[in-house]
Amino acid sequence: MTESKISSKGSDWGYAPAPESADHFKLKEQYGLFLGGKFVPAGSGKRFATINPANEKTLAQVADAGEKDVDRAVKAARLAYDKVWRKMSGRERGKYLYRIARIIQERARELAVVESMDGGKPIRESRDVDIPLAAAHFFYHAGWADKLGYAFPGKSVGPIGVAGQIIPWNFPLLMVAWKVAPALACGNTVVLKPAETTPLTALLFSEICQEAGLPDGVFNCITGAGSTGAALVRHPGLDKVAFTGSTDVGKAIQKSLAGKATKLTLELGGKAANIIFEDAAIDQAVEGIINGIFFNQGHVCCAGSRLLVQESVEEEVVEKLKARMEHLIVGDPLDKNTDIGAINSKAQCERIQDYLKVGQEEGAELFQTKCAVPDKGYWIRPSFFTKVAQSHRIVQEEIFGPVLAIQSFRTLNEALEKANNTPYGLSGGVWTDKGAKIFKVTRGIKAGVIWANTFNKFDPASPFGGYKESGYGREGGRHGLRPYVELS
Amino acid sequence: MSPSTVTLNKLNLQAHPVDEVGIRERVARLATRSIKKASKVEGLKLALSMVDLTTLEGADTPGKVRQLCTKAIHLHSGRKDLPMVAAVCVYPTMVRIARKALEGTPIQVAAVATAFPSGMNPLAVKLEDTRYAVAEGAHEIDMVISRGDFLRGDYGRVADEIVQVKEACGKAHLKVILETGELGTLDRVRLASDIAMQSGADFIKTSTGKIQPAATPEVVLVMLLAISDFYRKTGKKIGMKPAGGIANAKAALNLLIMVREVLGPAWLTPSLFRIGASKLPNDMLMQLEKERTGVYQGPDYYSND
Repeated sequence: MTESKISSKGSDWGYAPAPESADHFKLKEQYGLFLGGKFVPAGSGKRFATINPANEKTLAQVADAGEKDVDRAVKAARLAYDKVWRKMSGRERGKYLYRIARIIQERARELAVVESMDGGKPIRESRDVDIPLAAAHFFYHAGWADKLGYAFPGKSVGPIGVAGQIIPWNFPLLMVAWKVAPALACGNTVVLKPAETTPLTALLFSEICQEAGLPDGVFNCITGAGSTGAALVRHPGLDKVAFTGSTDVGKAIQKSLAGKATKLTLELGGKAANIIFEDAAIDQAVEGIINGIFFNQGHVCCAGSRLLVQESVEEEVVEKLKARMEHLIVGDPLDKNTDIGAINSKAQCERIQDYLKVGQEEGAELFQTKCAVPDKGYWIRPSFFTKVAQSHRIVQEEIFGPVLAIQSFRTLNEALEKANNTPYGLSGGVWTDKGAKIFKVTRGIKAGVIWANTFNKFDPASPFGGYKESGYGREGGRHGLRPYVELS
Repeated sequence: MSPSTVTLNKLNLQAHPVDEVGIRERVARLATRSIKKASKVEGLKLALSMVDLTTLEGADTPGKVRQLCTKAIHLHSGRKDLPMVAAVCVYPTMVRIARKALEGTPIQVAAVATAFPSGMNPLAVKLEDTRYAVAEGAHEIDMVISRGDFLRGDYGRVADEIVQVKEACGKAHLKVILETGELGTLDRVRLASDIAMQSGADFIKTSTGKIQPAATPEVVLVMLLAISDFYRKTGKKIGMKPAGGIANAKAALNLLIMVREVLGPAWLTPSLFRIGASKLPNDMLMQLEKERTGVYQGPDYYSND
């Protein structure tokens, strides 16, 4: 009888590069400010470059808005508010929002590619998460525009006025949608300041507003650095400021608005605990850890950056996590197989590297995957720390990068105590096969969003926001309408 | 003490809860891997080398089995760069014919046994079925578990049958078919996998191909994770064989991706991963020809068996 001759050697079969094409659209060499329905240069004529963090090449020049430009933008928004938008029926406003949502869908491929080029996030995420979710936010709020009376029964609902909105660089277009859709649906007009490192999709969004025939001045977009944002916040013509970004800047904004009638919502940092109990579906929990901290390079305010794992399964979880992390592909954001893209900017990359150093100096043990990273651009390998103490800076402070701090616990109460021992309160996660435990833990954590047996799930119908130093106000859902309406 | 209790005491049936939503998400994410050009060609060839080319019809004839064996050796006329499949899978009465037709090749002959596909016969008959197939020359035995006993909670009896069939196999490799389409939940798929591996399975296999759903990616993922845990605890590498319902080349490549990312490259070999199929190879051949020539050819250009 012939014996087996089948090869028992494993194959080194892998994935060839599969880059998404970027030649189906053309970026302009320079973009102006979007004021009163038109693109105009900054009054000073100043511009700055926005670069691709994956190769450090300049993508386009954008206008650098100064104090006078901010003033023009706020005045344009005020005019549009008084003359057109506040008088328009909800049903008519809704039509524009539906139109914007549909154009986002139509231009989804272009938007996804530009988002990945400008911000460094993998195309898999911009294509499957950012852009579809941005469209979904407009569809969702388009539906509310003529039904606001049902959102607040027994009240008479009106708009607030002109909103100044400042958004971060981690989800550029999605944050445009989170901010702009509810504001417009409720009858307000907007001056938006996108982040300095990722202005392009907000500018493409301005084109989309033109394409949708949105009345001039209802949406205005001013690009620039922190000083532009500060000028916007200071402007006396605003009725409302909405900010998403770091806790430090949030505090500064709150100070500058103290004593003024301007309404304010803040969505700030986080240091979420992701709690894994011994009775969890461990392999799916490991996947949840991955999604929690490595989604969008960890540039996520609600990232599960603190892993709390029950002592009896700690070894298993860490071992499986290491094995799983070795399969994460770091590299070209436009490659469809890339799991982790480029760090958004040089400054952020240095900041994360700093924390990696600090963590080791404090005595924690660093693990990083062995994957290769490109020479050009800004990259951090997926990382975690073990032997971590609650007092370590890597546990207390938001790193905003692909760096996880792992701690163990023995009892449910100890897990809750550790989870809550933070100035932040934005999100959290719990993994267990026991329903009762889920309720106990979710009630015990002081955070705005808590996921059970999943992580980083977003839906326009679900309110999002924080407690403590993670800010106040909610975005999404019926709660998200509240900051944009006057009730009487 | 009945024999089944003895086996039950040796089993380590530690709970491994499976979260169905999480499994579905992982499957969806793995399916976003983009396999193009060189890696597609290489992957398809690798997948072809892992096929257990199967015919399990009541109407099977020696002539049909011989034809299938010829196909197993020469997958597509005019192409010399294609591998042979890993095995031919037939009923016990066809084993001798297949052995003769495959003489001088490394292709294995696998026989389904133990009252395939239902397993509704006494253990003595199942063991006799197994011994017959091995005596006829089968290199591999594909057995079915007793789903009735399993669903009843009589895990000891299920394990005991596997232990005895393994004994009856002698040198032949044992693949244990869980028939996941009849188990109902992923938790049970995991439990059945654990029982099979602890009772001596060399491979665990999803389905007979006679019941739908068969080798869904969700089921395959759960079984691969079970294999991974078993390896972590015992250092023993168990093989995996999805069979039934693997529709096309894309689905086959997705299986390879799953094996690569869950178990690692060491499992990307026909000695640890097989794909049970009868029609699937033609779709893979069609894709390979498309990569070679740039155009798709009609199905009539590929032999059915």
